[in-house]
Formats: sequence, structure tokens, C-alpha cells
Amino acid sequence: MTPLLEAQNITKRFPGTLALDEAQFELRRGEIHALIGENGAGKSTLMKILSGVYVADSGQIRFEGRPVSPANPREALEMGIAIVHQELSVVRPLTVAENIYPGRLPTNRWGMVKYNDLFEAARRVLEQLQVEINPRATMETLSIANQQLVEIGKALSLNCKVLILDEPTSALTEREAEILFGLLRRLAANGTGIIYISHKLSEIFALADRVTVLRDGKYIGTRVIAETTPDEVVRMMVGRELGDFYPAKSAGRGQPLLEVRNLRLPGMAAGSSFKLYAGEVLGFAGLIGSGRTELARAIFGADAKAEGEILLEGRPVQITSPSQAIRLGLGYLPEDRKAAGLFLDMAVKLNIEASSLPDVTRRGFISPARERVLAERYVKQLNISTPGIEQEVRRLSGGNQQKTLVAKWLSIQPKILIVDEPTRGIDVGAKREIHYLLRSLAQNNVGVIMISSELPEILGMSDRVLVMHEGAIVAELDGATTEEQIMMYASGQQGG
Amino acid sequence: MQATGSSEVQVKAQGGAPASLLVRLLRLREFALIVMIVLIGLVLQAATGRFVTTANLNAIMLGFATSAIIVVGMTSALVSGGFDLSVGSVFALGGVTAAIALRADIPIGLSILIGVGVGMLAGFITGTLITRAGINPFIATLGMMSIARGAGYAITEGSPLANLPKDFFVYGQGQILGVPNLVVIAFLIVIVGDILMRRASLFRQIYYVGGNEDAARLSGINVNRVKLGVYTLSGLLAALAGVLSVSRFTVADPGAGTGEELRIIAACIIGGSSLQGGKGTVFGGLLGLIFVGFINNGMVLLRVPVYWQTLAMGAILLLAVGFDTLSQRLQQRAQRAKT
Repeated sequence: MTPLLEAQNITKRFPGTLALDEAQFELRRGEIHALIGENGAGKSTLMKILSGVYVADSGQIRFEGRPVSPANPREALEMGIAIVHQELSVVRPLTVAENIYPGRLPTNRWGMVKYNDLFEAARRVLEQLQVEINPRATMETLSIANQQLVEIGKALSLNCKVLILDEPTSALTEREAEILFGLLRRLAANGTGIIYISHKLSEIFALADRVTVLRDGKYIGTRVIAETTPDEVVRMMVGRELGDFYPAKSAGRGQPLLEVRNLRLPGMAAGSSFKLYAGEVLGFAGLIGSGRTELARAIFGADAKAEGEILLEGRPVQITSPSQAIRLGLGYLPEDRKAAGLFLDMAVKLNIEASSLPDVTRRGFISPARERVLAERYVKQLNISTPGIEQEVRRLSGGNQQKTLVAKWLSIQPKILIVDEPTRGIDVGAKREIHYLLRSLAQNNVGVIMISSELPEILGMSDRVLVMHEGAIVAELDGATTEEQIMMYASGQQGG
Repeated sequence: MQATGSSEVQVKAQGGAPASLLVRLLRLREFALIVMIVLIGLVLQAATGRFVTTANLNAIMLGFATSAIIVVGMTSALVSGGFDLSVGSVFALGGVTAAIALRADIPIGLSILIGVGVGMLAGFITGTLITRAGINPFIATLGMMSIARGAGYAITEGSPLANLPKDFFVYGQGQILGVPNLVVIAFLIVIVGDILMRRASLFRQIYYVGGNEDAARLSGINVNRVKLGVYTLSGLLAALAGVLSVSRFTVADPGAGTGEELRIIAACIIGGSSLQGGKGTVFGGLLGLIFVGFINNGMVLLRVPVYWQTLAMGAILLLAVGFDTLSQRLQQRAQRAKT
């Protein structure tokens, strides 16, 4: 039997990275086929090529046996390949029906929308999904889960033969996910091929027929779910050598700096407790959406927490704003440096001094001399490549932008530094420098919390590793743990 | 750190040597504006022969003075990433309340404070709506624009207030060494405002807020307090300008300053402020104001019909901003092509 959809030797290069390297994938009619891999493995790129968002540099796609090359999402849709992205593309103020038929509204000869026909058509689509959603309701009144079902309804209304879902359950509760799984099984039974991207092993083993693993843009293998184990899949995902560019770990640790007691995030069931000691790098591992960033922001006072206590050097503190956290000696380097970290159109020196204005101020006025001394000290210390401290940060390379952001936090001389994905999207050299820098901070008795989605980085840097799953810490492992072990906890296979 | 050697070289090559002083000057918006202003002045002098006269220049500067005061507050609002549409109305309301106080025989100093205080209060309310209620600056200041204007008309029942004490007119009509007092006051406020915006630690925070609000908050800057301060300052200065204007014209007109908000915003944008926030100087805003004022004055001297003047002002704003946007985009594209 010819596969429904087949991708062979797909290669896609972006500036600086090889996103897909001769990757392949095969989907049969009526099959739920999971696609799995670490962040950056190329899953999303491959799906974007299949759904016409990107065009592959080389390789072949066959749909129902015929070679195809969708040049844009519309062409893919017309062939019958639909994708539901992780970020839903709904128009919130419009009705459910209008969201199912955007651009294809039934009109009379004057160009006016025939709303009765529209609502009737939408009702039939929703009936097919066996969900109770009013086609006249506006999208914004719906839960995220129902909005997602409407998006699937949109795909169905196009008679799609291939349905791609990218991490569909990341915003759903367990019960909502069960409803979604029921629907996907029914669709598959009717012959639709479903590609299911997820990080959650438990889901994949409950839902999928087969699983394909990608790693570093390469095809690793495809297994029939009934004939494999989570262990094997994890090994396929992470089987990679550790680089040697990690500094030596710390020999001992000092006093407890920070103690978090039963800190529960809003909307989450369980709380987290942990201690951070002076002189250690404490790694936070977990899947995207497991609550690591939220926990860090709650500690830093950037977002609210539902409940919990924070003790600094043994004393209870109430941290309600970042400015307060900074006064107490905490720094937080956010994961998205462009959106939440840097002032891109402002000079290097202004970025560096943003959190330490009092240090460059004399009698209420900024002292240009102090500004220069401060900025130049950190430019030198962190080896930031810039033509000068007046250069706009936007013009620096990613690695130097990140170092500028690190400099801002060094300038407050933190006791505790939380870094969230500190080396995302930067080149190997800068990455190594930031690793050594974090370690040297720890050697100077700073407590460093490092959130990272790159397991090699977690293993290479951390003295201890905390693993988060669904909003709370589920495991504490020592620095000599393995990727397999972390993945087990992170995907909810053990403990939890 | 051997590993980064190559990437460093690359970045340095990209950034290039620091630009020469002349090139950097030419890139500065302020410098370009000064050149344009001088050119316009020369052309007008050549064309009319009566542009550069003490009388004309004094008249022009008097015309700028109150607007220049408002420019200071507007610049801070623009830099913070917002703007203030209520300045024209608060200008009128400040003048009217001061006039009412004066006519109630309240001492001059106190009356001025009352007028200015009302403007400050209006700005504080606008700022509170923006920061606490999360209303966007367009709607919040548009609402205040209408409320302040309405309040001015309501308390005067629509008619201008005259018969103010003579002593009050010294601010708007007196002179120091041949220079109008009003010009001196405006000049001082502009200088102080420019220095504060450039150098004061407190005002530096406005640039961070406008540059990237999320990053500012995570850097420990109290974003709400900064915004509240900005709108309060803008209201205060607009009302002060209004009170001084009453002192100059001897009459408090509740309809004064209509359309002023757009003129001021246009001047600031021409002077280098950005509606995206994070950019702009008081000095630039002042130059923008002078630039627009010279062209206006020139058209009057050249007897351009008044309707065409309005059209020309719109065209100049679009040309100036369009040129700037275009050159920025070209710069960014050139940069992207390099990387």
C-alpha cells in the first residue's frame, strides 16, 4: 500500500544552522504517527515544510504517491494537508463559524454573507467532531481546548486527509486532552492520517500507532509503539556525546542562600520546595511549559505566586516586584533576550547599567565618567565584541547581545543569579564563555540557578538537578545523573 | 578564549571603524534640523527682506514660547512609548481656572498654582487610568482631552474671562533686557527639561520604559510610577503654558489651544521622537517646533492662502517622518544583507 504522505531526504538550511539533514518521514492512512525529538531536533521545521510554510532546500515529498511541493500553506491545504499550530491562529472577536470558514464564507450575489448557511455548515462540522460548541459563540468565550477543537474543525471542513498537530496538549488539562484523543482516534478510524508532535512520552504511548525520532535534524528511526519502550525512545532522542566545553564542577557548597518552601504557581496543583546553596550551579530541567520560567519569575517577583514562602539567607522575605528582588541581591536573566531582556535600540552602556542606575548616579544625575567605567569594565571582563560602549545592542551578534545582558546582571553584584536558557541561539564559542562565567560566579559564592532545555547543558553545568513536571518540582538528582533519568521524570514517566 | 576568535573578528569587521565626526553630526537629527532652519531663514530673508527683523523674530519666539513648554512634557510622554492628546485642552483649562481664581481675588501666585495644579491633577488622572486601569494612552488622553475641554467650557459657560488684575500680565507681557519674559521662562524650562531628560537618573528611566517595557520591569524599574510621572508632568506643563498664555493675551479663553496637541506631537516627531518610544530629546522637539514655525511664518510672509498653509503643514510632517522611516529601513536592510 502506498503511504499517504512520504518525505524523503529533506534538507533545510537556515543561516548558521542545518535544521534538517536528509530527514525522512512516512505517514499511512488511518494512522496516528508521533514525531518526537528534543528542542531544535527539526520537528517543527519538517512539519512546516510538509504544510507549505517553508520550502525544502532538497528532498522529495510524495502525497498519495504523487510528488508534490507545496509552495505555501494554501496549496498544502488545497491538497488536504492541514496543520494546527501550538500557537492557535484564531480570530478571537469573531464567531466559531467565521473561524471555521475564514475566507470561504458563503455569500449571496451581492457579496453579503449568508449567515444562516454559515452557521448551519459550521454546526454540521462541529457535529462531526461530536463536540458541543455553539457556532454562534465568539471564540474568546471558548476555553483554549475548545478553540483548538474549532481549529481542528476548520481542518476537517477542508476535507483534509493529513492533520498535523503541534504540541496540542500543552495548554490542556488532562480531561480536555482525553476528549481530544478520543476525537483523534475517531478521525484516524475514518482514514485521516494524523501527525502528532509532542514531548510527552506518556501521551505518545497512549495514543500513537508509530513514532519517528529526529535528532539534530537527522532521521534516527521509526518504531511501532506496540513493539518499543519509552526507554528506547528516550535513548534514540538523546543518544549523543557530551561536549568537553564545560568547566569543572564545584568541589563543595556553602551556606544555603535561598530556600523556597511549597511555592505553588497559580493554576497548578502541587507546590515546589528547594534550597539553593552558595557556590553551586543548580540546574532546572523539564519540558517546555513545565513551569520552570514561571517558578523563576515568581521567585523574582515578576509574576504572582499562589502561595509559598521564600527565605533569603534564613530570613523570610516578601518579594513583590523585580526592583525589590534586585535590592535583595537577586538577578534574573529572562529566556527571551530580545522581548524581555535587552533594550535593542539603546547603547551597550545603557543596557549594562539598566539595573544599577544608582551606581552611576551622583546627586541625581548620571555621571558619564562612572557610566563609562562601569560599561567598559564589563565589556572587558565578558569579552563583549563591540566597536564601543555607545554601539546599539541590535547591531551585536547574538552571543554578544547575551553577554551584554549577563553584564547587566553582574553589575548589580548578585548573591543569587537565575539564568533562563542562558545560551539559547548563540554560537558555540559564546556558549562556552557563558558556561565558564557562570561557574566562576559560583566559585565566588554566588548561587546560580540555571534553567535549560538542553540536557547536555544541564548535565555539563549542574552540581544538582531539579526536574519539573506540570508546574512543580518532581525530582532532585545529583550532577552525575543521566539524560534518560531526567527525561523519565520530565515526561511524567516516573514519580510525579 | 580561543574558540571565539573568529566570531569576534567578524563582528568587528561588521561594525566598522567609528564614523568620523562630520558623518556622526550629519546623522544627528538635531543637526539636520538646524541646517534646515538656517536655510529656511535665509530663503525667507532673501524672498521677503523682512524675515530677520527684531519685530518678526520676537513675534515668532513669543509664538513658540508656550508651545515649547508643552514640548517638554510631550517629549517625555513620547519617549515613554505613549503620547498625550489632552495638552491642548489642559492648556485652556489651566488658564481658565487660574483666571477664575484671580477674579475671586485670590493672590496672583496662588492663582497660578491653582491653574497649574488643576493641570497636574488632570495628568495624574490620565496617568492613573493608563497604569492602573490599563487603558491605552490614545483612549485615556483622548478622554481627558474631551473632559478638560468640557470642564473649561462648563465653568466659564463658554465665554472668555477678562478683567484680570494688571499685575498678572507681567509674566506674559514684560521684558528683561529687551527679551520678552515669556520667552525667558520658556527658554529656562526647555533647558532644564533637556538636561533632566539627558542626564537625570530619574528621567533616564523613561527611556528604558519606552525602549522595552518588559525588560524595564525585569530590570527593576517601576514602570507604572514612571508613566504616572510622565503624564502628571505633561499635564502640569500644559497648564502652566495655558496660565502664561492668559497672562500674555489678558483673556482666558476656554477654546484656546484647540489642535495644539497635534501640532506639538508633529513637532516632536519631526525633532526625532518616535511613536514607538525610547527615543527623543527636548532640544529636538524644540527644533521641530521652530522648523514648523518658520515654515508657517514664511507662508504668512509669502502670503500663501491660509487653507494651503494647513495642507502644507500636513505634507511637511509626512515628508519628514516618511523620509526618516525610509532611511531607517534602508539602514536595517543594508545591515541584514551584511549578516
